[in-house]
Amino acid sequence: MTRQMTGAEMVVQALIDQGVDTVFGYPGGAVLPIYDAIFQQNNIKHVLVRHEQGAVHAAEGYARSTGKPGVCLVTSGPGATNAVTGLTDALLDSIPIIVLTGQVPTFMIGSDAFQEADTVGITRPCTKHNWLVKETDALSSVLHEAFHVATSGRPGPVLIDIPKDVQFASGTYNAPQPSTSHYQPTVKGDISSITELVEAMEKAERPLFYTGGGVINSGPAASQLLRELVAATNFPITSTLMGLGAYPASGENWLGMLGMHGLYEANMAMHGCDLMINIGARFDDRITGVISEFSPNSTKAHIDIDPSSINKVIRVDIPIVGDVGHVLEDLMKVWKSRGRKTNSAAVGNWWSQIKAWQTIECLKFTQQGKVIKPQYALSRLEALTKKHDRFITTEVGQHQMWAAQYLGFEDPNRWMTSGGLGTMGYGFPASIGVQMGHPESLVINVAGEASWLMNMQELGTAMQYNLPVKQFILNNERLGMVRQWQELLHGERYSSSWSESLPDFVKLAEAFGAKGILCSDPDDLDEAIMEMLNHDGPVLFDCLVEKHENCFPMIPSGKAHNEMLLGDADTQGAIDAKGSVLV
Amino acid sequence: MSDLNLKKGSSAKSAYNLRPNFSDIVERHTLAVMVENEPGVLARVIGLFAGRGYNIESLTVAEVDHEGKLSRITIVTTGTPQVIEQIKAQLGRIVTVHDVHDLTVEGPSVERELAMFKVAGDGEKRVEALRLADIFRANVVDSTLNSFVFEITGAPEKIDAFADLMRPLGLVEVARTGVAALSRGG
Repeated sequence: MTRQMTGAEMVVQALIDQGVDTVFGYPGGAVLPIYDAIFQQNNIKHVLVRHEQGAVHAAEGYARSTGKPGVCLVTSGPGATNAVTGLTDALLDSIPIIVLTGQVPTFMIGSDAFQEADTVGITRPCTKHNWLVKETDALSSVLHEAFHVATSGRPGPVLIDIPKDVQFASGTYNAPQPSTSHYQPTVKGDISSITELVEAMEKAERPLFYTGGGVINSGPAASQLLRELVAATNFPITSTLMGLGAYPASGENWLGMLGMHGLYEANMAMHGCDLMINIGARFDDRITGVISEFSPNSTKAHIDIDPSSINKVIRVDIPIVGDVGHVLEDLMKVWKSRGRKTNSAAVGNWWSQIKAWQTIECLKFTQQGKVIKPQYALSRLEALTKKHDRFITTEVGQHQMWAAQYLGFEDPNRWMTSGGLGTMGYGFPASIGVQMGHPESLVINVAGEASWLMNMQELGTAMQYNLPVKQFILNNERLGMVRQWQELLHGERYSSSWSESLPDFVKLAEAFGAKGILCSDPDDLDEAIMEMLNHDGPVLFDCLVEKHENCFPMIPSGKAHNEMLLGDADTQGAIDAKGSVLV
Repeated sequence: MSDLNLKKGSSAKSAYNLRPNFSDIVERHTLAVMVENEPGVLARVIGLFAGRGYNIESLTVAEVDHEGKLSRITIVTTGTPQVIEQIKAQLGRIVTVHDVHDLTVEGPSVERELAMFKVAGDGEKRVEALRLADIFRANVVDSTLNSFVFEITGAPEKIDAFADLMRPLGLVEVARTGVAALSRGG
């Protein structure tokens, strides 16, 4: 089907044809024709954010919670440069988003025109791919290809830069066709490699599944297959921050998250396993710790859709390039056809060892006195919201790690956090995007007061669209994670790591017309959380917590998984000079 | 955990044909990268090398298939086997890259480079420069009463050797194209 229309109309038509229902954006001179086209239709809802960074994080939240690509529309120059942090965040966490930027007219490109920036140049290293479209006739095929690239293979952000004259001009619109471009990533894994992994699984005495965001990105079917595989083999399973929810936290084989602030039993299992089955994770440095000591005695299998992930950081023995869902399906078939064998006696012994590690109870804490411990706040939040249809976003820092430790995720796509880039200011706009995708669900952003302030302007967005996002702020008046590192590494010299001149969050909420709740007494906490949940609208929950609480367990920089710090008593001289140069 | 009996990172056999051997020895590889000839594609390739800290010893690019809109980028790079594998994998995931060939490992290949040398001098040096150029099968493409411009084509080592010889004879300027390479045979 081809039709004549303007470039601006093509943008709207392509979004409709690609099944887009929501666009997050902010207008400006170079995108006015597209905004005019949006004004004249009712198929796509436009959410006006208050800052372009918020638009991209909202699109990320929408994408991660719905499994569909998120879409942003921003103007040229500063609109585009403000989107860069979000693009980089989406690139590192492999989130499919499509960012449309306006550009000065083609005949003015290169003249340092008003609000001109070399958008494709600036965003080339922080997108999976980008395009500058100079012909209206080429626009529809680029738009469709952008959706194909963003969502195929390892997902990621793409950007289309559209000069204003291209938006105004008329051209031929082509409806989406199955992609004919050469970009068609392999999804099926090599069957001989899969068989090699099955052979290793049959013999393994201390196997461990190590899963990551790739399972979530592969879709709900991959999570289902993972659950079946874990149940059938009885192997223990741990996950990265990005992979939480692929296997349920209430599942029998769940060890909890691993890594720098992972659980003791998960890290010890990683250190001691003899077969590591990495499914859709990428050996991030937050997971591996010091590489020479990482899981030193294991045979390592790695399932990843991106060949560049294989052997990038950790040498693996059984690499399998393919989509997690496809590979797990074949893996199950091969394993079943060979008689569903495991070394169950040895695996039983392995479980005894793991159960012994679990008795350490590394997340144990004691709430006493009149100051709320952050762990207690999250435990109560967990208890009071567990039964809800719940989505959690976070900012970045101590609260993020505590949320990963103390909240349980039963399903994929319900946990949105900035893993790779560690973007403070991610969580609030992401919660807005999640709520747009799930209007009836409970959406909570677990935040720190400093992170939350980084994109606080989006409270206006939440109010305008009546999005009842709950901002659960663990307020320690500190950049908690920075402070913790300064305590451990920099002689307790707390350089610029406390939050001075904080606003009164209740009044701040009220200034926007939202509800603010202040809670400082552990005895009031449950009631205050219930008040937050029962309020039909955005809530700013200012939870005053213990100011100097450290996040444990912790693998100090330059140390191995079996050298975790479990509490404050362990921290003296824990990080040597070599470790202190690492981030 | 004292009963761990597997060797570090060991397994019985490989099932993956690109298994690197993780040696620390720095190798020189010539890569032929087929890319869509669209604006910015060279910037993507160069940006990858700069952003991830890989070396470029030489790089040539030109369209080789006008109808198919394909350009061929020939890159000479150095790195440990792990780094070379990463470079190839990272190049391969650029959306507009069609193929990455490692000519150094995919069988025999031929490499050629074109260079131009400006040599200025008088008397015996000028005669010697011309004589050596003849031995190296370099062509004189310009001459004045006190200078020559030689054009020479060959493997990079041959051009290096020619440069070494010309230097004492009055070499004033060199322009080199960088390596173009093809695999041998059909």
